[in-house]
Amino acid sequence: MSEMLLMKGNEAMAEAALRAGGEGYFAYPITPQSEVAEYMAREAPKHGTVFLQAESELAAINMLYGAAAAGFKVWTSSSSPGISLMQEGISYIAGAMLPCVIVNVNRGGPGLGTIQPSQGDYFQTVKGGGHGDYRLITLAPSTVQEIVDYMGLAFDLAWKYRNPAMILMDGALGQMMEKVQFKPYTDPGRDISWATRGKSEDRESNFITSLFIKPEEMEQVNLQLQRTYREIEKNEVRYDTYETDDADLVLVAYGLSARIASKVMHILRNKGLKVGLVKPISLWPYPYKVLNELADRVKGFFVMELNAGQMVEDVRLGVNGKKEVGFYGRMGGMIYSPEEVSEKVEAFARKIGM
Amino acid sequence: MGITVSLENMEKIYERPKTLKKAVMHYCPGCGHGVAHRLVMEIVEELGIQENIIGVAPVGCSVFAYYYMDIDMQEAAHGRACAVATGIKRMMPDHYVFTYQGDGDLAAIGTNETIHACNRGENITIVFINNAIYGMTGGQMAPTTLLGQPATTCPMGREQVANGYPIRMSELVAQLPGTIYVERVAVNTPARVRKAKKALTKAFKSQELKKGTSFVEILSNCPSNWKMTPVDSNKWLDENMLPYYPLGLYKDEISGE
Repeated sequence: MSEMLLMKGNEAMAEAALRAGGEGYFAYPITPQSEVAEYMAREAPKHGTVFLQAESELAAINMLYGAAAAGFKVWTSSSSPGISLMQEGISYIAGAMLPCVIVNVNRGGPGLGTIQPSQGDYFQTVKGGGHGDYRLITLAPSTVQEIVDYMGLAFDLAWKYRNPAMILMDGALGQMMEKVQFKPYTDPGRDISWATRGKSEDRESNFITSLFIKPEEMEQVNLQLQRTYREIEKNEVRYDTYETDDADLVLVAYGLSARIASKVMHILRNKGLKVGLVKPISLWPYPYKVLNELADRVKGFFVMELNAGQMVEDVRLGVNGKKEVGFYGRMGGMIYSPEEVSEKVEAFARKIGM
Repeated sequence: MGITVSLENMEKIYERPKTLKKAVMHYCPGCGHGVAHRLVMEIVEELGIQENIIGVAPVGCSVFAYYYMDIDMQEAAHGRACAVATGIKRMMPDHYVFTYQGDGDLAAIGTNETIHACNRGENITIVFINNAIYGMTGGQMAPTTLLGQPATTCPMGREQVANGYPIRMSELVAQLPGTIYVERVAVNTPARVRKAKKALTKAFKSQELKKGTSFVEILSNCPSNWKMTPVDSNKWLDENMLPYYPLGLYKDEISGE
């Protein structure tokens, strides 16, 4: 087993991408994740990989487009306002069926907002963001170890389905130092027969585009994308459950909130409330099924997010009206304490007759 | 009454380059894009670089360039061709990479990407078609539309207070230390077409030096949106575009190599 290191989330992310064979990184600095670019500037040359500081997030995402379309394993990272600027490019990348990894170290918004952590970009990430019918494979780490583990996974999923993958985390995880272990990574192999690496005589020219002016063709491209999305929904749902076997009430939280939720769970269990936790790891595809099954035997669900209530809509879709779904959130870069949330959950438990 | 011509014993002196696909182009009659496409593809054939060149198409009239150019290509988002080309070139520094962009793409929505690619000295060739109008969307004002020139969004002619001045991109990028070759040419007469080809050849070959960006601005016509015949449009280009956009070499740091 490899050695245990103490690393900051942002730097661990960059190191993981290098170890997962990331061949290029294009980005523009933005708090709270500028350490990623600083780490790459220092370390990428040692790995013989490409690092380029772009003139804007707009340029960065389009450099990513070019590099991905040439069949390279490339990624970028940014934070909320920068990710907003990238939305056009992300839609083009999805439309052109290009694999790449984009990391959003979420900060508080809207607008220029704050540099403090937030989960306010859930809707943007899993419900669209850019234009058109597309989906991003989305993974949400809740520890520095998970950032590292999901980086390789995000690359593999992106390449397996030729679809962009996003790692959605928050500023706290990026800035947090934790112990981390890099597991050996093996690339499962990548088909680049479609990529633009120069037209050889034995094949037709390859071109990468998301433009299909004839509606009959554009519909076919959309249908192909939808088939891929159904495949991903079938194969790639990921989540963890904690103490749900005997639970009467299930907390649902991802990322930083899942860490706090786990503490909430212990506080409430000590008070005699049978509370469990579902931590979605893939935010798209979303783990609707486990929630729907749990809804048959628990009394209610409680969602906690660092936003005004975004994922809670997906929890309600999963629960499908079978049980009550409570919610508590903080916004603008504020983080709830476990005690604060425990009170809200207790009040909810009383309300639903627990 | 017809004239019968026998092809026997005749030497073929002009044909489609192998690097151009056998496809009928969608360009309007008399449009300069067809000529510019052909020039670029002749150069690809002559330099023997079909296997290691990647082109980036813009949004604009030449959005379908990959239907005609028989090379690997990518379609960029509007204005982002230079960023896309940067991504390709950084990953494959030994390949030839070029963008083919119109005035709206390169000099309005994509000015930032253009300037920064040139300023970094990205080792790419930028082929810039300036026809002083938005063609694809139907004749709106371009950043290069001349003062007094009518367009659908300045029907009385471009007026400085309301619309600002037409932008001179060759002059602008020549000032940037990252460019090594900048020339403005035109394709409205056979002699100028030959000169344009020389400039483009130099620009593409300069990528071998890995010293910076090559930029060729091609003044072209748009009979449909200028609302004149192809012949009149070629004359209009001479009389109106050349005084504001002088042809010539703006920077050459490669000829001595």
